[in-house]
Amino acid sequence: MNAESLPVGAIGTPALLSNAAYLVAGVLFILALRGLSSQETARRGNLYGIVGMLIAITATVCLTGSHTHWGVIVAIGAASLIGATMALRVGMTAMPEMVALLHSFVGLAAVLVGFSLQIDELARPALSERIEIFIDVWIGAITTTGSVLAFLKLRGTVSGRPLLFPARHVFNLTMLIASIVLAIIYATEGPTWALEIGIAIACVLGVHLVAAIGGADMPVVVSMLNSYSGWTAAAAGFMLQNDLLIITGALVGSSGAILSYIMCKAMNRSIFSVIFGGFGAAPPKKAAGPAVPAGDVQEMDAQTLATTLKASKSVVIVPGYGMAVARAQHAVRELTEVLRAAGVTVRFAIHPVAGRLPGHMNVLLAEANVPYDIVLEMDEINGDFPTTDVAIVIGANDIVNPAAEDDPTSPIAGMPVLQVWKSRLVIVNKRSRAAGYAGIDNPLFYKPVTRMLFGDAKEAIEKVVAALKSS
Amino acid sequence: MKLGIVNETRADERRVAASPGVVAKWVKGGWDVAVERGAGSGASYPDTQYEAVGAVIVDRAAAWQADIVLKLRPPVVHPDGSCEADQMRDGGTLISYIQPSENPELLEKLAAKRLTVLAIDQVPRISRAQKMDALSSMANISGYRAVIEAANRFGSFFTGQFTAAGKVPPAKVLIIGGGVAGLAALGAAKGLGAIVRAFDVRAAVEDQVKSLGGEFLTVTIKESGDGQGGYAKEMSKEFLDAEYALFRAQAKEVDIVITTALIPGRPAPKLWFTDMVELMKPGSVIVDLAAEKGGNCEVTKPGEVTEHKGVTIVGYTDLASRMAHVASDLYGTNLLHFLDEMGGAKGYKVDHENDAVRPALVLEAGDKRWPPPPMKKAEPPKPAAAAPAVAAPPAAIATKPAAVAEKPKSHGHGHGHGAPSHAPSRQSGILMSVAGLALAAVWLYLRFGRGNLDAVAADGANVALLQHLTVFVMAVFVGFQIVWNVTPALHTPLMSVTNAISGIIVVGGLLGSSDHWSPAVGVAIVATLFATINIAGGFLVTRRMLAMFRK
Repeated sequence: MNAESLPVGAIGTPALLSNAAYLVAGVLFILALRGLSSQETARRGNLYGIVGMLIAITATVCLTGSHTHWGVIVAIGAASLIGATMALRVGMTAMPEMVALLHSFVGLAAVLVGFSLQIDELARPALSERIEIFIDVWIGAITTTGSVLAFLKLRGTVSGRPLLFPARHVFNLTMLIASIVLAIIYATEGPTWALEIGIAIACVLGVHLVAAIGGADMPVVVSMLNSYSGWTAAAAGFMLQNDLLIITGALVGSSGAILSYIMCKAMNRSIFSVIFGGFGAAPPKKAAGPAVPAGDVQEMDAQTLATTLKASKSVVIVPGYGMAVARAQHAVRELTEVLRAAGVTVRFAIHPVAGRLPGHMNVLLAEANVPYDIVLEMDEINGDFPTTDVAIVIGANDIVNPAAEDDPTSPIAGMPVLQVWKSRLVIVNKRSRAAGYAGIDNPLFYKPVTRMLFGDAKEAIEKVVAALKSS
Repeated sequence: MKLGIVNETRADERRVAASPGVVAKWVKGGWDVAVERGAGSGASYPDTQYEAVGAVIVDRAAAWQADIVLKLRPPVVHPDGSCEADQMRDGGTLISYIQPSENPELLEKLAAKRLTVLAIDQVPRISRAQKMDALSSMANISGYRAVIEAANRFGSFFTGQFTAAGKVPPAKVLIIGGGVAGLAALGAAKGLGAIVRAFDVRAAVEDQVKSLGGEFLTVTIKESGDGQGGYAKEMSKEFLDAEYALFRAQAKEVDIVITTALIPGRPAPKLWFTDMVELMKPGSVIVDLAAEKGGNCEVTKPGEVTEHKGVTIVGYTDLASRMAHVASDLYGTNLLHFLDEMGGAKGYKVDHENDAVRPALVLEAGDKRWPPPPMKKAEPPKPAAAAPAVAAPPAAIATKPAAVAEKPKSHGHGHGHGAPSHAPSRQSGILMSVAGLALAAVWLYLRFGRGNLDAVAADGANVALLQHLTVFVMAVFVGFQIVWNVTPALHTPLMSVTNAISGIIVVGGLLGSSDHWSPAVGVAIVATLFATINIAGGFLVTRRMLAMFRK
């Protein structure tokens, strides 16, 4: 059965009860997000979310209790096992992939729900409902394929380089118009093929949108997809005339939208250019001409660095994706502990787009047991660099690139960056001399205050720790 | 190739061209190194240390016969017309301070021997060449030493103290000139606890002074003092009058004055006049780092410490030499980088294209190569915290707008490339808004415009839809309100928890799966499966993450 047999406003006990339960669940979801406003209340927030979900599911099952297919129980059991295994197995460095994959599941579920309504022989969707079905399925399909591609990109299975067709805007627009036409056909006539072609187009669109976005913009992509998955759920709510779905979808959708906005602001980029432009398209290395700072870098070995660190008062560590890749967070934690024990003030500076997921670095540092009160945001710590003795950049590049401030021709011009070069000494740990994810040379490396510590982040930091301990 | 490190013969010169640490790197890099007996003794580097790292200790003549002679001071020209460098073999190479503009006689002597001469003091002050910039290395030491000399002669603490026996105010230090030496002095004086003020005519110095904890003094007349090569230029009379008035006011207050003002190729500008000295409190100390060029202070006697009405004036010209140990090491490291820049032991050559080496080339096989041609290509100006005196020549500024103009317009659709592409980005914004409105119109038309023929049923459905819309809009607002408050550190947990609750789509799957089997039910069950994975996975992973955050 579907929602049509349960019109809103029907005064039946099950309907009333279930709506009351949905209200409670909705409030609990709001409290769950609210809990995340601080670390102290975050765990309670998560608990609210779980309780809310249990109430919602129980209410739904009881409502349809006598009719529920036994397969549902099997599905729920199996899915819980799969989900739990995924959640417990995933490494904190692989969080971005996991999140992307989960987004695709939401999208897929939405597509399936919508599609099931269409092919339900018992109750053909009414005319007025079809437009919502189409919207739900369409957004769901974009979310699904987009997330799958994002997942593959984050895993490294697919190259992070943006794939840009020459006429991609025309292509997108054509697909959009075709979708609208199909929506009109489907809404008026109701043929399944229109829905199916709509899904197919949305699938292509999802892939295309994400393919055009460069690896450096992944945090935006992931939060965009998060937002999409929310809107999908909201569309499903309209389709099923279910307020809980609408509320939850709206919460998730706005949450993802805000995250995307924050990420874009952190990169000084318009959200449209990220979604449709494909940042990092034409790496303007050559175009910048004389502005490319050819120069020599100076190296520093672990032993010297250890001595320098011991003699300093204030150290700021700037982690980036390189730390995640090398799984160096534990080594970094150890470094922090040794230095703190030696009376050095150690703090962490987190750029909003460090890593491939909003807040990615915080999670990694938390996993390594770095106390969160020494982990600071960009705005909190940027003013402190001039009084910092040593800034250690671990596997970060674009987020500490002074070209963003100095060079108006730089592709990242205007993006707020961590001003590490104002410290008395900057140590940059990097695997190689290659440019960052955005493909831009970094003048920081040639600054007189900068010393390079080449090598895998984990090994390099472990060497420094060993040197510190033996001295 | 053999490097020869010779004894510095000038009186009171304790430094040597390289420390054993540097020599070790040369030996490792494939150079043969010959060190004159006793060359390092003034800098506390005994011969045994040089031998230990692989150098050969030789007598004077042998050291001067090396392929490349490394020295610090310019070779001494004796009153009888002979020159130290006469001991070099014909066609050899000399790397040392030369100061070609002031030593034309020396240049002739060196040219007569058909020598190749590289003046380390002529290395351009560009960022790339900083590691070979011996002037900065030595200025840094002088600046530090100036503070130590001042403290040595000052009759009180630098840092303020409250003792049982009474209160001691902190010393007030005025530093004139915020170049390398000035900033080094600022750092050292600050480190000792003094209140430090620094004056400079270059506005760019302000940040650097502040970054070291100093107070920046300036005069109100707007005039930029940025000159070529990072030095300050000479200023107008109005400016100078204002400057002197400021100095007179400061003279009454400060305990220590350190002057570092130099203009290349000219005597040091006089800016601390006799009357200013007399305004200072008895017991105050002036350290004149420009003493070698005549001094910034009117009463300075180069090379001497004098007293004028109770104020001590330190006019030492050999401050860096007074810290010969570290000075030799840093100078040697500059030479090391310089030789590396020239190709190292394997690829050593004089490269005219190298813009860090070319300006230092004074003579090439006896032919005069100095002054160098103006640099064709200059680096973009970069603020350098450690050595503020480094700024690019004006040529660099001229190339900058050209670079902007050159930027090809070919990727007109490349949004988000900073300023040049703001317009297309805005266009797409408008386009999107229009598209959004159009979509909304289509939806409204389909939903309401066509209407169902059954008006009553349609009305009911529309009311319901409106209710849902209300709920939706309210929820969006609530969502915005709440999510703005989420701390950025928890953005990843936020994503995973929203992920989990968006699994609420499971409700749709549950509602669709009645026990009458049909393909639709099958699809709904699969939907339930995926949605539930999401719920379980999302909540659990959030739990795991949140458990890790600790204070």
